[in-house]
Amino acid sequence: MATDPHPPYLSPGYKSTALRAPARPLPMPKLGPDAIELTGPVFGHQELGALDHDLTRQHAGEPMGERIIVTGRVLDSRGRPVRGALVEVWQTNAAGRYVHLVDQHPAPLDPNFTGAGRCLTDGEGRYRFVTIKPGAYPWRNHHNAWRPAHIHFSVFGTAFTQRLVTQMYFPGDPLFAHDPIFQSIPDERARERLVARFDLDTTVPEWALGYQWDIVLDATPMEA
Amino acid sequence: METGHETLPVTPSQTVGPFFGYALPYDDGPRVAPQWHPDAITLRGTVLDGAGDPLPDAILEIWQADADGTVPSGEGGLLRAGHGFSGFGRCPTDSAGRYWFSTVKPGPVGGAAPYIAVLVFARGLLKPVATRLYFPEETEANAADPVLSAVDAERRGTLVAQRENDGGYRFDIRLQGDGETVFFAS
Ligand SMILES: [Fe+2]
Repeated sequence: MATDPHPPYLSPGYKSTALRAPARPLPMPKLGPDAIELTGPVFGHQELGALDHDLTRQHAGEPMGERIIVTGRVLDSRGRPVRGALVEVWQTNAAGRYVHLVDQHPAPLDPNFTGAGRCLTDGEGRYRFVTIKPGAYPWRNHHNAWRPAHIHFSVFGTAFTQRLVTQMYFPGDPLFAHDPIFQSIPDERARERLVARFDLDTTVPEWALGYQWDIVLDATPMEA
Repeated sequence: METGHETLPVTPSQTVGPFFGYALPYDDGPRVAPQWHPDAITLRGTVLDGAGDPLPDAILEIWQADADGTVPSGEGGLLRAGHGFSGFGRCPTDSAGRYWFSTVKPGPVGGAAPYIAVLVFARGLLKPVATRLYFPEETEANAADPVLSAVDAERRGTLVAQRENDGGYRFDIRLQGDGETVFFAS
C-alpha cells in the first residue's frame, strides 16, 4: 500500500488548520455493500450550461490574460476512466483577484471574467476547460505569504468516499517552496502530481497554450 | 489490492479555501426535496471550530436514500426537476456558521439504520471530514447499526441528530475539542 497521498488535517504551517483539524482519532467504518457512501450523485448534460466549460466566453467581451486550455482525464486508482463525472473549477483572474466579495486583494477585477466553470467527463473520462492563466495572490497566513497560481478543482467519482477537492498548479512556480498549503502534502512525488504539464500537442497554434492534468481518485473501501 | 490490476498514485486533496462562494453553491443545492413535499423535513445545524466559534466559510454536502430506502441513480444532482428527489444536497454556511437542507427522512438501506452521509469542506480543512447523521427516534435500529455501534459509546451521540419542534432535526458539527463529532477515515 502506498503512503497516504493526502495532507494531514493538522498542518502547523497553515494556521487555519490549528482550530479546525479533528483532534480525535478517526475510526475506519466497516462499510457493507449497501453503504450509501459507496454510491454517489449522478449529473446530466442538461443540468449544465453550454458555456460552463469556457470561462473566456461567459461575458460580453474577452477577459484579459493568457488564454489556456486545461484538460485531462479523471481515473480511478486502477486506471479506469470515470465517465460523466462532474468537474467544477474556480480561480482568480489574470491579476490574482477572485470575484468573491471576501477577497480584499487590491488587484483589479475583470468585468469579462468570473472564474467559475464546470463540465462532465466524456466517454474516456476526459474533461476540458478553456480559461485564462490565474495569478498569484497574497494571503495573511504569515508575513509576505503568496499563493502560487492555481485552479481549484472539485471532482465527483462514482462513490461519495471518492469525493475530491484539490488545486492544480502550473509548472516551475517559484512560490511552491514557500506555500504551506502545497507543502502540507508530505510526499514530494504526491505534491508533484498537483502540477499540470505543459503540452505542445494540446496547445492550439495562434490561440492558446495547453496543459494536461490527470486526476486519480481514491480506491473505494470495497476495492482497497 | 488484487493482483493483475495496475494501481495509479492518487491525486492529493487540497483545501476548498475561503473563495468558493461564487462557484460551488447553487440555487437548489439545499433543496434535496422541495419544501412543499408532504414528507419534507428540514435539517439545520452549525459548524463549530475547536474554540467553539462558528465557521462562516464551510460548505456541506449530503447524500442519502429516499423515503423508501432507494438510493437515487438517475440524473438531477444540480437541477431539481419539479417533484424530483435528488438525494444530493450542498449548502454553504452563513456568517453565523449555519446550514440547512430540505429533504425527506431516508428509509433504511440493507440492514443499516437510516442515515445521511455528510461531508464538510472548509478553509483550514486540507481534506473534507466525513460523518453520518442518524435519527434519534430510531433507537432499536441505531443500536443494531454496525457502523454506529462500532463507535465509542460516549461519542456515539455526536452522530445522532436532535428532533426539533417543527418536526425537523438539528445536527451541529464540532470539528475539534469538547463534543468533537465523530469523523470517519476512508
Ligand atoms: Fe485559491
